[in-house]
Amino acid sequence: MQYCPAGAGLISSRPFFDPKNKKNMKLNQTLALVAGFAAALQLATAGNITGKVTLKGTPTPDRDISDDMKTDSNCGKLHTEPVKIRYCIVGEGGALADTVVMLKSVPGAKSTGASAAPLVMDQKGCEYVPYVAVAQTGQKIVVKNSDPTLHNVHPSPVNTTGGNKEDNKAQASGAADLTFEFPAAENFLKFVCNVHPWMFAYITVTDHPYVAVTGKDGTFTIKDVPAGKYTLVAMHRKAAATGVEKEIEVTAAGAKADFELTMPGAK
Amino acid sequence: MNRSSVNHIWLHRFAVFTALATLALLAVGGVVTSKGVGMAVPDWPNTYGYNMFLFPPSKWVGGIFYEHTHRLVASGVGLLTTILAVWLWIVESRRWLRWLGVIAFFAVVLQGVLGGLRVVLFKDEIGIFHATLAQLFFALVCAMAVFTSRRWTERRAPSRLVSENTNHRAEAVLGAPVRRLVLATTVLIFLQLVLGATMRHQHAGLAISDFPLAHGKLWPATDAASVARYNSNRAEVTGANPITSVQIVLQMAHRLMALVILVCVSVLAWRVRSSGAPSNASARSKNGSQRAETVLGAPLRRLAFGWLALIFTQIALGAWTIWSNKAADVATAHVLVGALSLVTGVLGCLICFRRSPQDERSPVAAFSETAPVHGVSV
Repeated sequence: MQYCPAGAGLISSRPFFDPKNKKNMKLNQTLALVAGFAAALQLATAGNITGKVTLKGTPTPDRDISDDMKTDSNCGKLHTEPVKIRYCIVGEGGALADTVVMLKSVPGAKSTGASAAPLVMDQKGCEYVPYVAVAQTGQKIVVKNSDPTLHNVHPSPVNTTGGNKEDNKAQASGAADLTFEFPAAENFLKFVCNVHPWMFAYITVTDHPYVAVTGKDGTFTIKDVPAGKYTLVAMHRKAAATGVEKEIEVTAAGAKADFELTMPGAK
Repeated sequence: MNRSSVNHIWLHRFAVFTALATLALLAVGGVVTSKGVGMAVPDWPNTYGYNMFLFPPSKWVGGIFYEHTHRLVASGVGLLTTILAVWLWIVESRRWLRWLGVIAFFAVVLQGVLGGLRVVLFKDEIGIFHATLAQLFFALVCAMAVFTSRRWTERRAPSRLVSENTNHRAEAVLGAPVRRLVLATTVLIFLQLVLGATMRHQHAGLAISDFPLAHGKLWPATDAASVARYNSNRAEVTGANPITSVQIVLQMAHRLMALVILVCVSVLAWRVRSSGAPSNASARSKNGSQRAETVLGAPLRRLAFGWLALIFTQIALGAWTIWSNKAADVATAHVLVGALSLVTGVLGCLICFRRSPQDERSPVAAFSETAPVHGVSV
């Protein structure tokens, strides 16, 4: 089936992009101009959402995995300092890293994953880097192996009815990068290495591009959000696994939204 | 072909060896699940593209070591079971035992296929079935080791002895309530193992991280906010799935079931506590009754107290599993003692329900024919 803009219909047996059909060509050009103008207008009225996420309450303590690392000498020798799983990376003033901030739903928005640059995840020091990341549906997720040992890359999606598939691929040291992509949105899709079971990472897959992850200073920026009212969600693996919501309005000047996440059970 | 049911000492020894090898296989399999490395080898039946038996030892790193060892030991047990089945088929006169060998062969093949499918199909449910079948297979091989023993083939059936003697204590030892208790406890232990396998193969770690309380209470809260709090507070080391309220209830059921099993085995031990021992002069003076007590009661008494010791050990290991945050070695020991508890129950059933060695019917057939002994109640 040919692609037709809305209203063009699918009845004509003549190719829509018929170079001999000057009338259609003109129509095409007009439509393209309109679409371009609309996009430009949208960009002109779009703004960035910025903000900072902080944590209240006692964070989940780090977990020392130095002994686990030694079970594969190839991993153990990569570290001279103690290695820890940092579930909550909390900076100055309670700034919380690794928090996924995203718009809950954006009417008409579609994933730009197919044309977006791949998300690169490395296996370095027998750890996944980054620990938390975001990708769009259809976006390529490239997994590298910078370690002198073999890993298996095992994404374990939960949203299998949406089309996300579990996979498990071996990746020797120096082997070619592995590529994954997921067709359905899913929060905190887990990647794990079973050869080194302390290695795991989470990728939140969205069906639109309006998503970001906080840095060590707890800040985030979601770029080029069309003007309008939205629900913004902040999710953290330990502090807010199912998310904390906030209503915002985005204008051409952008919007600002800070979150204070509270550890479950904290008073 | 000359077949007989006695004097196959080497067949018996081989069956015992197969049972021990199966126990070792259970241990390695338990370690694989406890360490969360079941998917460390992504392919099957090959290992990282190599023929399983030619996989270079230099590549047995991290979780691969455990998973690959599990596959090799499983292959060994498969070979042993095949030999045992063929051996039985050739020399054994008891037809039901020959067919038991065939069943064991198909069970070990199925078990291997299930293990492989778990890896390539990514199904936790297959893992649960794989773990359950492992326990049943171990019990089956142990039973076969018993059936091939000289003691089994030469000893007279307890039901016959009971009917030939009127000694009250002998009746009490092997009365129908005791038999039913042994059988019911064995079934409970099996269900307990299925519960345990379900908990382990959901890969969610410890759903409840304290003992004897549960999240600080006698019965833990399972509302969404509480479950979120439990997930936030725990520092899982293996990328475990988030726990759910269902998993919390499962662990509570596992704890309660352990209590019920402890009560059952304690009652059994109490019932048979003085059987099989020359306890008084009057018992000794009665011709035949002493023999009946010794033959019938002594094995059951030893078994009951051994069983009780196993259950206590198992409960201690269960607690230690929690206190150690599911340390792989402790959790695996918990699996193994669970398997031994099941096997002990199965052996108890064999003692209680066996027929005369002259009787060619299988022990299973005897279950349907055990009439309760008159005048005895628990």
